[in-house]
Amino acid sequence: MPQNNPVAFSAPQGPLLPEPHVMDPLPMTQLEENFADIAPPLNRDAALLESTKCLYCHDAPCMIACPTHIDVPSFIKKINTGNLRGSARVILDANPMGHSCARACPVDVLCEGACVLNDRDEEPIKIALLQRYATDYAIEKSLRLFEPGAATGKKVAIIGAGPAGLSCAQDLRRMGHAVTIFDAHPVPGGLNTYGIAEYKMRPPIALAEAKMVIDLGAEIKSGVTVGRDVAFEDLHKEYDAVLVAVGLSGTRKLGIPGEELPGVIDALAFIEHLKTHPYDETPVGRNVVVVGAGNTAIDAVTQAKRLGANAATIVYRRGEEEMPAYEYEFQLAKKDGCAFRFFTVPKRVIGTDRVTGLECVRSQMGPPGADGKPTLVEVPNSTHVVECDMLMRATGQGRNGDFLKSAGITIQSGSVVSTLPNVFVAGDCLSGGAEIVNAAADGKAAAAAINLALGGQPVMSQRDRMIRA
Amino acid sequence: MADLKVNFAGIESPNPYWLASGPPTNTYVQVAKAFDLGWGGAVWKTVGEPILNVFSRYGSIDLGSQRMVGFNNIELISDRPIEDNLREIAEVKKKYPKHAVITSLMVETNQKAWHDMVLRAQDTGTDGFELNFGCPHGMSERGMGAAVGQDPGYACDIVGWVKQVAKIPVIVKLTPNITDIRLVARAAKKGGADAVSLINTINSIVGVDLDTFTPLPNVGGKSSHGGYCGPAVKPIALNMLSETASDPEVQIPISGIGGISNWRDAAEFISLGAGSLQVCTAAMHYGFRIIDDLCDGLSNWMDEKGYKNIEEIRGRAVSKVTKWENLDLNYHLVANIDQDLCIRCELCWAACEDGAHQAIRRLPREFGGPVVEIIDEACVGCNLCSQVCPVQGCITMQQLPVGEKPVTWKEYNAGKGTLAPRGDAVHTATWAPHK
Repeated sequence: MPQNNPVAFSAPQGPLLPEPHVMDPLPMTQLEENFADIAPPLNRDAALLESTKCLYCHDAPCMIACPTHIDVPSFIKKINTGNLRGSARVILDANPMGHSCARACPVDVLCEGACVLNDRDEEPIKIALLQRYATDYAIEKSLRLFEPGAATGKKVAIIGAGPAGLSCAQDLRRMGHAVTIFDAHPVPGGLNTYGIAEYKMRPPIALAEAKMVIDLGAEIKSGVTVGRDVAFEDLHKEYDAVLVAVGLSGTRKLGIPGEELPGVIDALAFIEHLKTHPYDETPVGRNVVVVGAGNTAIDAVTQAKRLGANAATIVYRRGEEEMPAYEYEFQLAKKDGCAFRFFTVPKRVIGTDRVTGLECVRSQMGPPGADGKPTLVEVPNSTHVVECDMLMRATGQGRNGDFLKSAGITIQSGSVVSTLPNVFVAGDCLSGGAEIVNAAADGKAAAAAINLALGGQPVMSQRDRMIRA
Repeated sequence: MADLKVNFAGIESPNPYWLASGPPTNTYVQVAKAFDLGWGGAVWKTVGEPILNVFSRYGSIDLGSQRMVGFNNIELISDRPIEDNLREIAEVKKKYPKHAVITSLMVETNQKAWHDMVLRAQDTGTDGFELNFGCPHGMSERGMGAAVGQDPGYACDIVGWVKQVAKIPVIVKLTPNITDIRLVARAAKKGGADAVSLINTINSIVGVDLDTFTPLPNVGGKSSHGGYCGPAVKPIALNMLSETASDPEVQIPISGIGGISNWRDAAEFISLGAGSLQVCTAAMHYGFRIIDDLCDGLSNWMDEKGYKNIEEIRGRAVSKVTKWENLDLNYHLVANIDQDLCIRCELCWAACEDGAHQAIRRLPREFGGPVVEIIDEACVGCNLCSQVCPVQGCITMQQLPVGEKPVTWKEYNAGKGTLAPRGDAVHTATWAPHK
């Protein structure tokens, strides 16, 4: 069995991208600049000014909007009084992934979108940057903010060291349950480590956040794939409870001819490679096309551009209004000089020994279908070729059905409780793919459910106690 | 355009704004620059036997990121030789004959010392004297400043000595570190003072460094109480101004001092009876350039209201301050929330529920409508909700018709008048301790 390896960061093994470089990489200094922090941290004066502006709302809409219900006014007030330790504790108590959320949350549709200052026609409080300010302090000072609970003698296996698994682990340790986390990757963090756009968060930060959880006494077995290196049934027997937080499976295929040609890759594999190698080792085409218009597609197209692609284009079968990516991400990609081809349906990958283009037809909205939503109709005689020398799939991922099926788990929609006794589910494999903050909320809900199933006392959060008062 | 000129106890000034005696008025260069920028007058930093200052001498308090809402100092009077100060005062007066140049004085408590100083200073051509009976720190330990300002007898005697030789107006600067400021104001008048100025700074310790437990300002590990001023002291100054202006035994011009930072503060001081205004902390914070809006804002407001000169405003609020027993018990108010303006912060609810009379009801946010509403029958009209509300004009206090004539406590207690019906005390608090 591999040893605990919570901190040291090493690149994953294996040929993730068996791709030759089609162009010379940009100089490293340029690449460093291109991948610099997109939202630089607040300095002390800026944090003081911003925290002074917070109204300290009662029953605050920002807190309600957050899936983990971080007591935002409370942590901001503590920044304002110079109590950074207390501030970080409020954040990480409600959301063990509070640091990565500060960097990667779509705040304009969550806390900052709910800020009452929007109704006063002002900019909302910069909640994400303040949250980062407080949690940066906790990470820089390696603060020990929580203590493990008195041992209950119960032990829980967590499959997956991503945001859901880690959040669950923190709460279970605080309740006193023994926790062992199994993770297929060499280092923990899941998509926080391997999948966040590099200009938002770098792997060492995700690992530092994971370390805070693991330091509560969780055992981590990295590089272990449940179902291959260890049987799920064995875990189910050996542990009092099991949390399945395995995330999603691989990207869906496009299902069109020519997809197997060299130069056609998964966007997630591209991002993972970029995040685990020096920037100049990740190959990028001169002319990159990304199929799909979700947030992963945006991460892929912007990072391709930042790696030096001359052109980076999103191809999406539907229109701008139906694009799943957040407005913020869309604007970011446009600012990076990425192009968008809406109402464009891929039909065939073109190339002989390598991709040279994507044959598409144009589409348009047709009459409403059975579900009431307009159907998509292809425009006759609109076949055309979008040239490219690198094609990425970002068309969504499956729910890891194979794993769940082989383990005999049926998901009950929206519930962390599965159909299998003492087996719980959290994160993307439950939601079908959501934000870090949703995974963290799931993980905490799972911890509460597991604790009750193991006969533990309900644990009230600080916020719950406040509301009761 | 409104006329901002004032004649304060015979001292002419192009506008009511004088730099108060302090660090901004220590040299010719400073005062000349201030006059060039538009200040109407300056009270020279107190002249006396030169002292030695400690290096670290100011402390302040911040409110969030707003710096220096309160300020204190342990600086003493001028550390420059008397002859240097007097020479520069003469030069300033010569160059700026239309501006008010007042010389602040402080010497030891004997008649000869005061006579000598007044005669020397008078030769500069200065427009008036301000006797510093106010500084609460340092000099008071040596029997000067607040030490004489806290003793009506001394104060009266010293003013008398000064008046024996002074040919120009004498202003007495009063300390607020006293139970009733009117006693010393009366003593000053009895001694012959032409005017008083108030307030000097307030005894204070501005803070403690929690790493070293040294109060601030830190002078090599120790501190000393200092004089407190700045925006935070304005309400204290306004009250003392009101008491002095309304005292029938005083009735001499008053120069208002204490936290004046903008033209609104200035107008308030004038309305409570100030005939000139003195500013120090705001100039120390932002520089002499603040004089632009001090004058411009006051002038525009006066034009808008139709006031032609300062005298038309002066003292208008004095008679509106009365004893509590003369207030109308039948003046009923109720809060009103403009739901279109409400941004749903619920600060009013938190304040009323915990800090006042539990007169606001919360409605679930999920309903999508208003989240707070006033319980009229429980509202006592205290103003708190309207004060915590972060949206201008969202919560207003509205007068309720009560159908009875006004009645004061004094009248009611004497069996006169009728108290309008009041709602029974309604308690709507919902909190219950959980087990």
